[in-house]
Amino acid sequence: MNASADSMHLTSRTATELAAAIAAGDVSARQVTDAHLARIDAVDEGIHAFLHVDYDGARAQADAVDAKRAAGDTLGPLAGVPVALKDVFTQQGIPTTAGSRILEGWRPPYDSTVVTRLRNADCVILGKTNMDEFAMGSSTEHSGYGPTRNPWDTDRIPGGSGGGSAAAVAAFEAPLAIGTDTGGSIRQPASVTGTVGVKPTYGGVSRYGLIALASSLDQAGPCARTVLDAAHLHAALAGHDPKDSTSLDVAVPDVVSAARRADVRGMKVGLVKQLSGEGYQAGVSQRFDEAIEILRELGAEPVEVSCPNFEYALAAYYLILPSEASSNLARFDGMRFGIRVGDDGDANVEEVMSRTRAAGFGDEVKRRIMLGTYALSSGYYDAYYGQAQKVRTLIARDFDAAFNEVDVLVSPTAPTTAFKLGEKLDDPLAMYLNDVATIPVNLAGNAAMSLPIGLAPEDGLPVGLQIMAPSMADDRLYNVGAALETALTDRWGHLLIEEAPAL
Amino acid sequence: MTSPTSLTPDEVAHLAGLARMSLTDSELARYAGQLDQILHAVDRVGEVAADDVPPMSHPQPLVNVWRKDEVTPGLTAEQVLAGAPAAEDERFRVPRILDGE
Repeated sequence: MNASADSMHLTSRTATELAAAIAAGDVSARQVTDAHLARIDAVDEGIHAFLHVDYDGARAQADAVDAKRAAGDTLGPLAGVPVALKDVFTQQGIPTTAGSRILEGWRPPYDSTVVTRLRNADCVILGKTNMDEFAMGSSTEHSGYGPTRNPWDTDRIPGGSGGGSAAAVAAFEAPLAIGTDTGGSIRQPASVTGTVGVKPTYGGVSRYGLIALASSLDQAGPCARTVLDAAHLHAALAGHDPKDSTSLDVAVPDVVSAARRADVRGMKVGLVKQLSGEGYQAGVSQRFDEAIEILRELGAEPVEVSCPNFEYALAAYYLILPSEASSNLARFDGMRFGIRVGDDGDANVEEVMSRTRAAGFGDEVKRRIMLGTYALSSGYYDAYYGQAQKVRTLIARDFDAAFNEVDVLVSPTAPTTAFKLGEKLDDPLAMYLNDVATIPVNLAGNAAMSLPIGLAPEDGLPVGLQIMAPSMADDRLYNVGAALETALTDRWGHLLIEEAPAL
Repeated sequence: MTSPTSLTPDEVAHLAGLARMSLTDSELARYAGQLDQILHAVDRVGEVAADDVPPMSHPQPLVNVWRKDEVTPGLTAEQVLAGAPAAEDERFRVPRILDGE
């Protein structure tokens, strides 16, 4: 086998296969890392999934894994497996921008807990992936460094905010990636790129070192090409962290066993009435209905469930998120980190802050900061932020009532397949509607997954199905997701992602 | 219940000032229209009769989370200042705080 065919072979394998091959000594961690770095060199100019590739660091981490193995040391469960890291996580000494020009050139002095856990699992961190600025967006077009392109059609968006992580996985640049999901930023990119993405239960994965968008909504989670791969990464990331006061000090659900079980017999699956019908693309609804039939054939019992307050979720979210974001982003003042603009020796500190923030923040960030400033201002606080918090309670109650009736809830992940770059850039409300099905879970704090269920007949682009589970029942996502994935890949004869055009 | 009045560019300029962002006139005009449209959409939260509903600020019922009172390593001044736009004498150097004399 020649060198390029061999490296293509390595990049097409799952994380689970790579970990086993490295542990068995069939291939070295260094070979696996080099193959993925070569793939990035070959395709990323056209995809732009990465903002920074850490060639030397990745090779050094891979060599360390090989040395550990040679010495007979115990290896972590994902030893030698490459991972792409969303640029919203701090990694010591590695450029970290959160997709914003205001942090251009900043190199964090510390590791986020997610990075620490990846190191403990002996993963190899390839580099930092592109994202909408401060995770505000559904297309990566709001990145301060230019958009990422969808590997299925490079004229289309890869979703957002974690479009870089999803595209890296879909383009076989990395078998695994880390995302963050505040309103759908892991699941919607997974949906439009034909990959798997999971938002764990809020508090399941530490937020320490995650540059905050909305602290009560943000949650880190795995991106992968298979449900089992996502489970392995989820298991490596999850668990209590004293450095995050909202981290849950409870046992992590056994997501890997659940992904191996893949048995939905006797399970009740709730179809959320409010997350279907009008506004959903025909091919999305068709593939969704077919997937439900498959679940029925596998022994699950689909039932319709009503969550009436989901109708208000988008409105509540676009008050709560900007409110929290406007407060969190106050730290970017040009004094302690990042860029400083207009410090001419004459301007006072307020003027320099205002110039720095005007120059460093992009369009969508400015919009949401002002929305949040408005929603929190006296005279409007009760009617906007206060009322949105009450709607949040009603949405959580809708979930509680639903989970009294069913084991999991399902819906299409996004109303449409990937749209064209530029199509919704000048219409913020149209952009926000992409998250209509994913937002309720963030407000309530429970867990959800998106997995590919086919291509929409009208445009040949991937469609995702969302599975929602109660808080700390993340294992149910993997059980149901793996059952559906197995049934679908049996029919297709391969994973959906293998139908993506060659790059 | 509220029904937001139309935002004027002057009001947007006030908001931008509160948020410490110096925006151009064309930005102010554009944001006035867009924010107005978004505020009308999110105004729907007022449709739900919810006087008896408690507000939810956070998904998990956690209160008073303390760590053990033990000293753990922190960052050195050098590490912290390495990322600053300007530093002097082991401190952040900032523009003047007060105006005039």
